[in-house]
Amino acid sequence: MSEVLLSATRLTKRFGGLAAVNEVSVDLWRDRIHAVIGPNGAGKSTLTNLLSGDLPTTSGQITLAGRDVTGWSPERISRQGLGRSYQKTNIFAPFTVWENVRLAAQSRDAQQPWNPLRWLQIAGKSATALARATRAIELAGLESRRNVIAGASSHGEQRQLEIAMTLATEPQVLLLDEPLAGMGVAEAERMVELLLKLKKDHAMLLVEHDMDAIFALADHLTVMVNGQVIASGSPAAVRADRGVQAAYLGEEH
Amino acid sequence: MSSPKANLEVLPRSIQFVLGLGAVALLAFPFVGTDFYTQMVTRMMILGIFAMSLDLLQGVTGLVSLGHAAYFGLAGYALAFLTPQGEAVSLWWTLPVAVLASGLAALVIGFFVVRTHGIYFIMVTMAFAQMIFFLFFDNKALGGSDGLYINFKPDAMLFDLENKRVFYYFTLACLLGVYVFLRRLLWSPFGRALAGIRVNEHRMRAMGFGTFGYKLTAFTLAGALAGLAGYLWGAQTGYVNPELMGFHMSAHAIMMVILGGMGNFAGAIVGAFAFEYVLHALKDLPAIGAFNTGKHWQLWMGLFIVAVVILAPRGLLGLVERFLNRKGDRGE
Repeated sequence: MSEVLLSATRLTKRFGGLAAVNEVSVDLWRDRIHAVIGPNGAGKSTLTNLLSGDLPTTSGQITLAGRDVTGWSPERISRQGLGRSYQKTNIFAPFTVWENVRLAAQSRDAQQPWNPLRWLQIAGKSATALARATRAIELAGLESRRNVIAGASSHGEQRQLEIAMTLATEPQVLLLDEPLAGMGVAEAERMVELLLKLKKDHAMLLVEHDMDAIFALADHLTVMVNGQVIASGSPAAVRADRGVQAAYLGEEH
Repeated sequence: MSSPKANLEVLPRSIQFVLGLGAVALLAFPFVGTDFYTQMVTRMMILGIFAMSLDLLQGVTGLVSLGHAAYFGLAGYALAFLTPQGEAVSLWWTLPVAVLASGLAALVIGFFVVRTHGIYFIMVTMAFAQMIFFLFFDNKALGGSDGLYINFKPDAMLFDLENKRVFYYFTLACLLGVYVFLRRLLWSPFGRALAGIRVNEHRMRAMGFGTFGYKLTAFTLAGALAGLAGYLWGAQTGYVNPELMGFHMSAHAIMMVILGGMGNFAGAIVGAFAFEYVLHALKDLPAIGAFNTGKHWQLWMGLFIVAVVILAPRGLLGLVERFLNRKGDRGE
Protein backbone atom coordinates (compact mmCIF):
# COMPACT_ATOMS: atom_id res chain seq x y z
CA MET A 1 0.00 0.00 0.00
CA SER A 2 1.78 2.90 -1.38
CA GLU A 3 1.05 6.54 -0.72
CA VAL A 4 2.33 9.67 -2.35
CA LEU A 5 4.39 11.58 0.23
CA LEU A 6 5.81 14.24 -2.02
CA SER A 7 4.26 15.58 -5.15
CA ALA A 8 5.76 18.29 -7.31
CA THR A 9 3.71 19.71 -10.14
CA ARG A 10 5.15 21.57 -13.12
CA LEU A 11 8.17 22.91 -11.26
CA THR A 12 10.10 25.55 -13.11
CA LYS A 13 13.28 27.33 -12.13
CA ARG A 14 14.67 30.08 -14.31
CA PHE A 15 18.08 31.65 -13.90
CA GLY A 16 17.71 34.72 -16.05
CA GLY A 17 16.66 33.43 -19.45
CA LEU A 18 17.75 29.85 -18.79
CA ALA A 19 15.17 27.36 -17.55
CA ALA A 20 17.35 25.04 -15.45
CA VAL A 21 14.24 23.09 -14.55
CA ASN A 22 11.31 23.36 -16.93
CA GLU A 23 7.80 22.14 -16.06
CA VAL A 24 9.01 19.06 -14.22
CA SER A 25 6.50 16.97 -12.26
CA VAL A 26 7.63 14.30 -9.80
CA ASP A 27 5.74 12.04 -7.39
CA LEU A 28 7.46 10.17 -4.59
CA TRP A 29 5.74 7.17 -3.02
CA ARG A 30 6.54 5.44 0.22
CA ASP A 31 8.35 2.16 -0.40
CA ARG A 32 9.46 3.26 -3.85
CA ILE A 33 12.72 4.63 -5.17
CA HIS A 34 12.34 7.24 -7.85
CA ALA A 35 15.63 7.67 -9.67
CA VAL A 36 16.49 10.69 -11.74
CA ILE A 37 19.23 10.45 -14.33
CA GLY A 38 20.52 12.73 -17.00
CA PRO A 39 23.75 14.22 -18.32
CA ASN A 40 25.61 16.93 -16.42
CA GLY A 41 23.70 20.18 -16.44
CA ALA A 42 20.36 18.44 -16.99
CA GLY A 43 18.93 20.12 -13.89
CA LYS A 44 18.91 17.14 -11.48
CA SER A 45 20.59 18.97 -8.61
CA THR A 46 18.50 22.07 -9.24
CA LEU A 47 15.38 19.91 -9.00
CA THR A 48 16.62 18.52 -5.68
CA ASN A 49 17.29 22.04 -4.44
CA LEU A 50 13.78 23.13 -5.40
CA LEU A 51 12.20 20.21 -3.57
CA SER A 52 14.25 20.84 -0.41
CA GLY A 53 13.63 24.59 -0.40
CA ASP A 54 17.32 25.43 -0.90
CA LEU A 55 16.23 27.32 -4.01
CA PRO A 56 12.95 29.18 -4.46
CA THR A 57 10.82 27.99 -7.35
CA THR A 58 9.91 30.27 -10.24
CA SER A 59 6.60 28.49 -10.67
CA GLY A 60 4.96 25.20 -9.83
CA GLN A 61 3.69 23.59 -6.67
CA ILE A 62 5.16 21.20 -4.09
CA THR A 63 3.05 19.15 -1.71
CA LEU A 64 4.79 17.34 1.14
CA ALA A 65 2.93 14.91 3.40
CA GLY A 66 -0.37 16.52 2.49
CA ARG A 67 0.68 20.14 2.89
CA ASP A 68 1.48 22.73 0.28
CA VAL A 69 5.09 23.64 1.04
CA THR A 70 5.74 25.80 -2.01
CA GLY A 71 7.91 28.75 -0.98
CA TRP A 72 8.72 27.34 2.46
CA SER A 73 12.22 27.80 3.93
CA PRO A 74 14.51 24.75 3.91
CA GLU A 75 14.27 24.44 7.71
CA ARG A 76 10.47 24.31 7.65
CA ILE A 77 10.46 21.79 4.82
CA SER A 78 12.98 19.71 6.75
CA ARG A 79 10.77 19.72 9.84
CA GLN A 80 7.80 18.77 7.70
CA GLY A 81 9.57 15.47 7.09
CA LEU A 82 12.04 15.88 4.27
CA GLY A 83 15.70 14.96 4.55
CA ARG A 84 18.34 15.45 1.92
CA SER A 85 21.96 14.63 1.33
CA TYR A 86 24.30 16.60 -0.85
CA GLN A 87 26.27 15.81 -3.96
CA LYS A 88 29.26 17.68 -2.61
CA THR A 89 29.89 16.45 0.92
CA ASN A 90 28.31 18.98 3.23
CA ILE A 91 29.20 18.07 6.81
CA PHE A 92 30.61 19.71 9.95
CA ALA A 93 34.25 18.90 9.28
CA PRO A 94 35.77 20.02 12.62
CA PHE A 95 33.23 18.03 14.66
CA THR A 96 33.42 14.31 15.40
CA VAL A 97 31.33 11.92 13.34
CA TRP A 98 29.09 11.42 16.37
CA GLU A 99 28.57 15.15 16.94
CA ASN A 100 27.58 15.56 13.28
CA VAL A 101 24.87 12.95 13.67
CA ARG A 102 23.82 14.07 17.16
CA LEU A 103 23.41 17.65 16.00
CA ALA A 104 21.20 16.48 13.15
CA ALA A 105 19.14 14.46 15.63
CA GLN A 106 18.91 17.46 17.96
CA SER A 107 16.98 19.36 15.30
CA ARG A 108 13.95 17.18 16.03
CA ASP A 109 13.85 18.10 19.72
CA ALA A 110 11.86 21.22 20.53
CA GLN A 111 14.17 24.02 19.42
CA GLN A 112 13.16 27.23 21.24
CA PRO A 113 16.53 29.01 21.12
CA TRP A 114 15.07 31.93 23.11
CA ASN A 115 14.06 29.74 26.04
CA PRO A 116 16.59 30.24 28.89
CA LEU A 117 15.84 26.79 30.26
CA ARG A 118 17.25 25.36 27.04
CA TRP A 119 20.51 27.27 27.60
CA LEU A 120 21.27 25.28 30.71
CA GLN A 121 20.49 21.76 29.52
CA ILE A 122 23.32 19.52 28.37
CA ALA A 123 22.93 18.75 24.67
CA GLY A 124 24.54 15.31 24.96
CA LYS A 125 21.96 14.22 27.52
CA SER A 126 18.79 14.54 25.47
CA ALA A 127 17.50 10.95 25.46
CA THR A 128 15.36 11.50 22.37
CA ALA A 129 18.18 13.00 20.31
CA LEU A 130 20.52 10.28 21.56
CA ALA A 131 18.16 7.55 20.41
CA ARG A 132 17.69 9.09 16.97
CA ALA A 133 21.44 9.61 16.52
CA THR A 134 22.30 6.10 17.67
CA ARG A 135 19.81 4.55 15.27
CA ALA A 136 21.08 6.66 12.37
CA ILE A 137 24.77 5.98 12.98
CA GLU A 138 24.08 2.25 13.23
CA LEU A 139 22.05 2.21 10.03
CA ALA A 140 24.87 3.95 8.20
CA GLY A 141 27.41 1.56 9.72
CA LEU A 142 29.55 4.20 11.35
CA GLU A 143 29.42 3.12 15.02
CA SER A 144 33.12 2.29 15.06
CA ARG A 145 34.01 5.73 13.67
CA ARG A 146 32.05 7.76 16.21
CA ASN A 147 34.98 9.65 17.69
CA VAL A 148 36.85 10.37 14.47
CA ILE A 149 36.93 14.00 13.37
CA ALA A 150 34.58 14.06 10.41
CA GLY A 151 36.92 16.07 8.20
CA ALA A 152 39.68 13.54 8.80
CA SER A 153 37.64 10.47 7.83
CA SER A 154 37.79 8.86 4.39
CA HIS A 155 35.73 10.04 1.45
CA GLY A 156 33.51 6.97 1.61
CA GLU A 157 32.91 7.47 5.31
CA GLN A 158 31.98 11.09 4.71
CA ARG A 159 29.42 9.92 2.17
CA GLN A 160 28.03 7.49 4.77
CA LEU A 161 27.99 10.33 7.27
CA GLU A 162 25.93 12.41 4.84
CA ILE A 163 23.32 9.65 4.91
CA ALA A 164 23.54 9.19 8.68
CA MET A 165 22.93 12.90 9.26
CA THR A 166 19.97 12.83 6.92
CA LEU A 167 18.49 9.79 8.66
CA ALA A 168 19.01 11.29 12.12
CA THR A 169 16.32 13.85 11.33
CA GLU A 170 13.91 10.92 10.79
CA PRO A 171 12.51 12.10 7.47
CA GLN A 172 9.67 10.44 5.60
CA VAL A 173 10.99 11.65 2.29
CA LEU A 174 14.65 11.24 1.33
CA LEU A 175 16.35 13.22 -1.42
CA LEU A 176 19.73 11.69 -2.11
CA ASP A 177 21.98 13.57 -4.51
CA GLU A 178 24.56 11.13 -5.86
CA PRO A 179 25.13 9.17 -2.65
CA LEU A 180 27.49 6.80 -4.46
CA ALA A 181 29.71 9.49 -5.98
CA GLY A 182 33.38 8.65 -5.57
CA MET A 183 32.76 5.44 -3.60
CA GLY A 184 34.74 2.25 -4.06
CA VAL A 185 32.98 -0.91 -5.28
CA ALA A 186 32.58 -2.47 -1.83
CA GLU A 187 31.41 0.80 -0.29
CA ALA A 188 28.93 1.33 -3.10
CA GLU A 189 27.53 -2.18 -2.63
CA ARG A 190 26.98 -1.54 1.06
CA MET A 191 25.27 1.76 0.27
CA VAL A 192 22.94 0.06 -2.24
CA GLU A 193 22.01 -2.45 0.47
CA LEU A 194 21.32 0.34 2.91
CA LEU A 195 19.11 2.18 0.42
CA LEU A 196 17.10 -0.99 -0.22
CA LYS A 197 16.64 -1.35 3.53
CA LEU A 198 15.51 2.27 3.89
CA LYS A 199 13.10 2.01 1.00
CA LYS A 200 10.41 0.32 3.10
CA ASP A 201 9.70 3.31 5.35
CA HIS A 202 10.68 6.15 3.06
CA ALA A 203 9.77 7.80 -0.16
CA MET A 204 13.03 8.31 -1.98
CA LEU A 205 14.36 10.46 -4.77
CA LEU A 206 17.70 9.23 -5.97
CA VAL A 207 19.90 11.27 -8.29
CA GLU A 208 22.70 9.02 -9.49
CA HIS A 209 25.12 8.40 -12.32
CA ASP A 210 25.93 4.81 -11.46
CA MET A 211 23.74 2.85 -13.90
CA ASP A 212 24.25 -0.51 -12.19
CA ALA A 213 22.98 0.98 -8.96
CA ILE A 214 20.11 2.69 -10.73
CA PHE A 215 18.83 -0.51 -12.30
CA ALA A 216 19.34 -2.40 -9.04
CA LEU A 217 17.37 0.15 -7.03
CA ALA A 218 14.93 2.16 -9.06
CA ASP A 219 11.22 1.42 -9.15
CA HIS A 220 10.59 4.44 -11.27
CA LEU A 221 13.00 6.23 -13.54
CA THR A 222 12.92 9.76 -14.84
CA VAL A 223 15.33 11.01 -17.46
CA MET A 224 16.11 14.71 -17.64
CA VAL A 225 17.88 16.59 -20.40
CA ASN A 226 18.28 20.37 -20.52
CA GLY A 227 15.90 20.91 -17.63
CA GLN A 228 13.11 18.84 -19.13
CA VAL A 229 11.78 15.36 -18.54
CA ILE A 230 12.21 13.38 -21.75
CA ALA A 231 11.02 10.06 -20.33
CA SER A 232 9.51 8.76 -17.13
CA GLY A 233 8.30 5.28 -16.23
CA SER A 234 9.47 1.85 -15.16
CA PRO A 235 13.22 1.28 -15.67
CA ALA A 236 12.57 -1.35 -18.31
CA ALA A 237 10.28 0.93 -20.29
CA VAL A 238 12.69 3.84 -20.05
CA ARG A 239 15.57 1.65 -21.12
CA ALA A 240 13.61 0.68 -24.24
CA ASP A 241 12.75 4.29 -25.07
CA ARG A 242 14.40 5.34 -28.33
CA GLY A 243 14.65 8.98 -27.41
CA VAL A 244 16.41 8.15 -24.18
CA GLN A 245 18.83 5.84 -25.90
CA ALA A 246 19.72 8.58 -28.30
CA ALA A 247 19.97 11.35 -25.75
CA TYR A 248 21.62 9.62 -22.90
CA LEU A 249 21.92 5.90 -22.40
CA GLY A 250 23.38 5.38 -25.82
CA GLU A 251 26.49 7.23 -24.88
CA GLU A 252 27.22 4.95 -21.97
CA HIS A 253 25.98 1.58 -23.16
CA MET B 1 47.15 15.02 18.03
CA SER B 2 46.62 16.14 14.48
CA SER B 3 42.89 16.62 14.95
CA PRO B 4 41.84 20.10 13.88
CA LYS B 5 40.88 21.45 17.29
CA ALA B 6 40.43 24.89 15.86
CA ASN B 7 39.29 26.61 18.98
CA LEU B 8 39.88 24.56 22.12
CA GLU B 9 36.21 24.18 22.97
CA VAL B 10 37.10 21.44 25.40
CA LEU B 11 39.60 22.88 27.84
CA PRO B 12 42.30 20.32 28.69
CA ARG B 13 43.01 19.65 32.36
CA SER B 14 46.29 21.50 32.15
CA ILE B 15 44.49 24.64 30.98
CA GLN B 16 41.80 24.24 33.61
CA PHE B 17 44.54 24.07 36.24
CA VAL B 18 46.16 27.25 34.96
CA LEU B 19 42.76 29.00 34.88
CA GLY B 20 42.12 27.84 38.45
CA LEU B 21 45.44 29.37 39.50
CA GLY B 22 44.39 32.56 37.76
CA ALA B 23 41.11 32.62 39.68
CA VAL B 24 42.96 32.16 42.99
CA ALA B 25 45.32 34.99 42.03
CA LEU B 26 42.32 37.22 41.29
CA LEU B 27 40.77 36.36 44.65
CA ALA B 28 43.96 37.26 46.49
CA PHE B 29 44.97 40.26 44.44
CA PRO B 30 43.35 43.13 46.42
CA PHE B 31 45.35 42.04 49.47
CA VAL B 32 48.70 42.38 47.71
CA GLY B 33 48.06 44.97 45.00
CA THR B 34 47.95 48.71 45.50
CA ASP B 35 44.74 50.68 45.00
CA PHE B 36 45.91 51.69 41.54
CA TYR B 37 46.44 48.12 40.43
CA THR B 38 43.27 46.88 42.11
CA GLN B 39 41.37 49.35 39.98
CA MET B 40 43.30 48.35 36.91
CA VAL B 41 42.51 44.67 37.44
CA THR B 42 38.86 45.62 38.04
CA ARG B 43 38.90 47.27 34.64
CA MET B 44 40.50 44.18 33.11
CA MET B 45 37.76 41.99 34.55
CA ILE B 46 35.06 44.30 33.18
CA LEU B 47 36.66 44.10 29.76
CA GLY B 48 36.89 40.34 30.25
CA ILE B 49 33.09 40.22 30.55
CA PHE B 50 32.81 42.44 27.48
CA ALA B 51 35.20 40.22 25.49
CA MET B 52 33.34 37.05 26.54
CA SER B 53 30.06 38.55 25.37
CA LEU B 54 31.61 39.21 21.97
CA ASP B 55 33.14 35.73 21.89
CA LEU B 56 29.64 34.26 21.99
CA LEU B 57 29.13 35.86 18.58
CA GLN B 58 32.64 35.86 17.15
CA GLY B 59 34.19 32.64 18.41
CA VAL B 60 31.14 30.45 18.93
CA THR B 61 28.65 31.51 16.27
CA GLY B 62 31.14 32.91 13.74
CA LEU B 63 29.52 36.35 13.61
CA VAL B 64 32.18 39.07 13.70
CA SER B 65 30.48 42.20 15.02
CA LEU B 66 32.32 45.45 14.55
CA GLY B 67 29.73 47.33 16.57
CA HIS B 68 29.60 45.46 19.83
CA ALA B 69 30.68 48.48 21.89
CA ALA B 70 27.27 50.07 21.21
CA TYR B 71 25.63 47.68 23.68
CA PHE B 72 28.50 48.14 26.15
CA GLY B 73 28.11 51.91 26.07
CA LEU B 74 24.31 51.96 26.15
CA ALA B 75 24.17 50.30 29.56
CA GLY B 76 26.73 52.75 30.89
CA TYR B 77 24.57 55.61 29.67
CA ALA B 78 21.52 53.93 31.16
CA LEU B 79 23.21 54.05 34.57
CA ALA B 80 24.14 57.69 33.99
CA PHE B 81 20.54 58.61 33.19
CA LEU B 82 19.16 56.64 36.11
CA THR B 83 21.54 58.10 38.70
CA PRO B 84 20.23 61.40 40.12
CA GLN B 85 22.63 64.34 40.56
CA GLY B 86 22.72 64.27 44.33
CA GLU B 87 22.31 60.70 45.50
CA ALA B 88 23.03 57.06 44.76
CA VAL B 89 20.54 54.79 43.04
CA SER B 90 19.85 51.16 43.86
CA LEU B 91 21.99 48.58 42.08
CA TRP B 92 19.22 46.02 42.25
CA TRP B 93 16.91 47.61 39.77
CA THR B 94 19.28 49.76 37.71
CA LEU B 95 21.54 46.84 36.79
CA PRO B 96 18.70 44.73 35.33
CA VAL B 97 17.23 47.79 33.60
CA ALA B 98 20.58 48.70 32.02
CA VAL B 99 21.21 45.11 30.93
CA LEU B 100 17.71 44.88 29.49
CA ALA B 101 18.17 48.17 27.64
CA SER B 102 21.30 46.84 25.95
CA GLY B 103 19.60 43.51 25.26
CA LEU B 104 16.60 45.25 23.76
CA ALA B 105 18.78 47.42 21.51
CA ALA B 106 20.61 44.27 20.40
CA LEU B 107 17.30 42.52 19.76
CA VAL B 108 16.03 45.33 17.54
CA ILE B 109 19.31 45.82 15.67
CA GLY B 110 19.90 42.08 15.54
CA PHE B 111 16.57 41.63 13.80
CA PHE B 112 18.09 43.41 10.82
CA VAL B 113 21.75 42.44 10.98
CA VAL B 114 21.65 38.67 11.55
CA ARG B 115 20.08 38.27 8.11
CA THR B 116 23.39 39.30 6.57
CA HIS B 117 26.51 37.21 6.24
CA GLY B 118 30.27 37.63 6.31
CA ILE B 119 31.60 41.01 5.32
CA TYR B 120 28.09 42.48 5.16
CA PHE B 121 27.45 41.49 8.76
CA ILE B 122 30.64 43.29 9.80
CA MET B 123 29.65 46.42 7.89
CA VAL B 124 26.04 46.52 9.09
CA THR B 125 26.88 45.99 12.76
CA MET B 126 29.41 48.81 12.46
CA ALA B 127 26.91 51.08 10.73
CA PHE B 128 24.32 50.65 13.47
CA ALA B 129 26.94 51.24 16.16
CA GLN B 130 28.07 54.42 14.41
CA MET B 131 24.48 55.61 14.29
CA ILE B 132 24.17 55.15 18.04
CA PHE B 133 27.56 56.77 18.56
CA PHE B 134 26.55 59.91 16.68
CA LEU B 135 23.12 59.96 18.26
CA PHE B 136 24.85 60.49 21.60
CA PHE B 137 27.78 62.49 20.25
CA ASP B 138 25.57 65.09 18.57
CA ASN B 139 22.84 65.44 21.19
CA LYS B 140 23.50 67.76 24.11
CA ALA B 141 20.49 66.21 25.87
CA LEU B 142 22.30 62.87 25.79
CA GLY B 143 25.54 64.34 27.07
CA GLY B 144 27.01 65.23 23.70
CA SER B 145 30.68 64.71 22.97
CA ASP B 146 31.59 65.48 26.60
CA GLY B 147 29.61 62.58 28.02
CA LEU B 148 27.93 62.34 31.40
CA TYR B 149 29.14 62.05 34.99
CA ILE B 150 27.85 59.45 37.39
CA ASN B 151 28.45 61.07 40.75
CA PHE B 152 27.53 58.13 42.92
CA LYS B 153 28.22 54.47 42.56
CA PRO B 154 25.07 52.33 42.65
CA ASP B 155 23.81 51.51 46.13
CA ALA B 156 23.84 47.77 46.73
CA MET B 157 22.39 47.94 50.28
CA LEU B 158 24.15 44.74 51.39
CA PHE B 159 27.65 45.98 50.53
CA ASP B 160 29.33 49.27 49.72
CA LEU B 161 30.46 49.61 46.12
CA GLU B 162 32.20 52.93 46.92
CA ASN B 163 34.83 50.73 48.56
CA LYS B 164 37.31 49.81 45.82
CA ARG B 165 37.89 46.32 47.17
CA VAL B 166 34.19 45.60 47.44
CA PHE B 167 33.70 46.83 43.89
CA TYR B 168 36.58 44.59 42.83
CA TYR B 169 34.97 41.51 44.34
CA PHE B 170 31.57 42.37 42.96
CA THR B 171 33.12 42.59 39.48
CA LEU B 172 34.99 39.33 40.05
CA ALA B 173 31.72 37.63 41.01
CA CYS B 174 30.13 38.94 37.80
CA LEU B 175 33.11 37.74 35.75
CA LEU B 176 33.00 34.24 37.20
CA GLY B 177 29.22 34.10 36.99
CA VAL B 178 29.21 35.06 33.30
CA TYR B 179 32.04 32.63 32.59
CA VAL B 180 30.30 29.68 34.27
CA PHE B 181 27.03 30.58 32.56
CA LEU B 182 28.59 30.81 29.09
CA ARG B 183 30.63 27.62 29.51
CA ARG B 184 27.45 25.83 30.45
CA LEU B 185 25.60 27.40 27.54
CA LEU B 186 28.33 26.23 25.17
CA TRP B 187 27.31 22.59 25.78
CA SER B 188 23.58 23.18 25.75
CA PRO B 189 21.47 22.36 22.69
CA PHE B 190 21.50 26.12 22.03
CA GLY B 191 25.30 26.33 22.21
CA ARG B 192 25.82 23.27 20.02
CA ALA B 193 23.49 24.77 17.42
CA LEU B 194 25.45 28.04 17.49
CA ALA B 195 28.68 26.12 16.88
CA GLY B 196 26.95 24.30 14.04
CA ILE B 197 25.95 27.63 12.53
CA ARG B 198 29.57 28.80 12.67
CA VAL B 199 30.80 25.72 10.84
CA ASN B 200 28.03 25.21 8.27
CA GLU B 201 24.88 27.30 8.48
CA HIS B 202 23.57 25.97 5.19
CA ARG B 203 23.53 22.41 6.47
CA MET B 204 21.99 23.52 9.75
CA ARG B 205 19.01 24.90 7.87
CA ALA B 206 18.75 21.79 5.71
CA MET B 207 18.58 19.76 8.94
CA GLY B 208 15.68 21.85 10.20
CA PHE B 209 17.31 24.49 12.39
CA GLY B 210 15.71 27.91 12.18
CA THR B 211 19.09 29.60 12.27
CA PHE B 212 17.65 33.12 12.27
CA GLY B 213 16.15 32.59 15.74
CA TYR B 214 19.40 31.13 17.05
CA LYS B 215 21.50 33.99 15.72
CA LEU B 216 19.07 36.63 16.92
CA THR B 217 19.00 35.08 20.38
CA ALA B 218 22.80 34.93 20.49
CA PHE B 219 23.04 38.55 19.33
CA THR B 220 20.57 39.69 21.98
CA LEU B 221 22.24 37.73 24.75
CA ALA B 222 25.67 39.00 23.71
CA GLY B 223 24.32 42.55 23.73
CA ALA B 224 22.84 42.11 27.20
CA LEU B 225 26.10 40.71 28.60
CA ALA B 226 28.05 43.53 26.98
CA GLY B 227 25.58 45.76 28.81
CA LEU B 228 26.52 44.18 32.13
CA ALA B 229 30.15 45.06 31.40
CA GLY B 230 29.23 48.59 30.33
CA TYR B 231 27.19 49.15 33.49
CA LEU B 232 30.14 48.09 35.62
CA TRP B 233 32.45 50.34 33.58
CA GLY B 234 30.19 53.34 34.13
CA ALA B 235 29.89 52.56 37.83
CA GLN B 236 33.63 52.15 38.25
CA THR B 237 34.81 55.19 36.35
CA GLY B 238 31.87 57.46 37.25
CA TYR B 239 31.88 58.78 33.73
CA VAL B 240 30.53 57.77 30.35
CA ASN B 241 31.24 59.30 26.96
CA PRO B 242 30.51 58.36 23.34
CA GLU B 243 33.97 56.77 22.99
CA LEU B 244 32.61 53.81 24.96
CA MET B 245 30.35 53.03 22.02
CA GLY B 246 32.89 53.98 19.42
CA PHE B 247 34.61 52.10 16.67
CA HIS B 248 37.86 51.74 18.63
CA MET B 249 36.15 50.10 21.56
CA SER B 250 34.49 47.56 19.24
CA ALA B 251 37.76 46.87 17.46
CA HIS B 252 39.62 46.44 20.76
CA ALA B 253 37.10 43.80 21.82
CA ILE B 254 37.69 41.87 18.60
CA MET B 255 41.43 42.05 19.20
CA MET B 256 41.04 40.83 22.78
CA VAL B 257 39.09 37.78 21.64
CA ILE B 258 41.59 36.96 18.90
CA LEU B 259 44.53 37.61 21.20
CA GLY B 260 43.32 35.22 23.89
CA GLY B 261 41.81 32.57 21.63
CA MET B 262 38.29 32.29 20.30
CA GLY B 263 35.30 30.16 21.09
CA ASN B 264 35.93 29.06 24.67
CA PHE B 265 35.37 32.22 26.77
CA ALA B 266 38.50 31.57 28.84
CA GLY B 267 40.55 32.89 25.94
CA ALA B 268 38.46 36.06 25.86
CA ILE B 269 39.27 36.76 29.51
CA VAL B 270 42.97 36.03 28.95
CA GLY B 271 42.88 38.27 25.89
CA ALA B 272 41.25 41.15 27.76
CA PHE B 273 43.82 40.95 30.56
CA ALA B 274 46.73 40.67 28.13
CA PHE B 275 45.46 43.53 25.97
CA GLU B 276 44.98 45.87 28.91
CA TYR B 277 48.29 44.91 30.47
CA VAL B 278 50.26 45.37 27.26
CA LEU B 279 48.48 48.66 26.66
CA HIS B 280 49.42 49.83 30.15
CA ALA B 281 53.02 48.74 29.69
CA LEU B 282 53.31 50.33 26.25
CA LYS B 283 51.94 53.69 27.37
CA ASP B 284 54.62 53.78 30.06
CA LEU B 285 57.46 53.25 27.61
CA PRO B 286 60.19 55.84 28.06
CA ALA B 287 61.04 58.36 25.38
CA ILE B 288 64.12 57.54 23.34
CA GLY B 289 65.67 60.87 22.49
CA ALA B 290 63.06 62.96 20.71
CA PHE B 291 60.93 59.86 19.94
CA ASN B 292 58.14 59.35 22.43
CA THR B 293 57.73 55.58 22.21
CA GLY B 294 54.82 55.51 24.68
CA LYS B 295 52.75 57.92 22.65
CA HIS B 296 52.87 55.52 19.71
CA TRP B 297 51.49 52.61 21.72
CA GLN B 298 49.03 51.71 18.97
CA LEU B 299 51.91 50.89 16.65
CA TRP B 300 53.49 48.53 19.20
CA MET B 301 50.12 47.03 20.04
CA GLY B 302 49.53 46.34 16.36
CA LEU B 303 52.90 44.63 16.05
CA PHE B 304 52.23 42.62 19.21
CA ILE B 305 48.89 41.34 17.92
CA VAL B 306 50.31 40.52 14.50
CA ALA B 307 53.09 38.56 16.24
CA VAL B 308 50.60 36.62 18.39
CA VAL B 309 48.36 35.83 15.43
CA ILE B 310 51.32 34.52 13.43
CA LEU B 311 53.01 32.60 16.24
CA ALA B 312 49.85 31.42 18.01
CA PRO B 313 46.89 31.12 15.66
CA ARG B 314 44.75 29.82 18.52
CA GLY B 315 45.65 32.78 20.70
CA LEU B 316 47.54 32.98 23.97
CA LEU B 317 45.46 30.23 25.52
CA GLY B 318 46.29 27.95 22.60
CA LEU B 319 49.94 28.82 23.06
CA VAL B 320 49.80 27.88 26.74
CA GLU B 321 48.06 24.63 25.86
CA ARG B 322 50.74 23.74 23.32
CA PHE B 323 53.48 24.55 25.78
CA LEU B 324 51.93 22.53 28.63
CA ASN B 325 51.10 19.53 26.45
CA ARG B 326 54.58 19.40 24.95
CA LYS B 327 56.05 19.33 28.43
CA GLY B 328 53.54 16.68 29.45
CA ASP B 329 54.44 14.49 26.49
CA ARG B 330 58.11 14.71 27.34
CA GLY B 331 57.50 13.88 30.97
CA GLU B 332 55.53 10.70 30.32
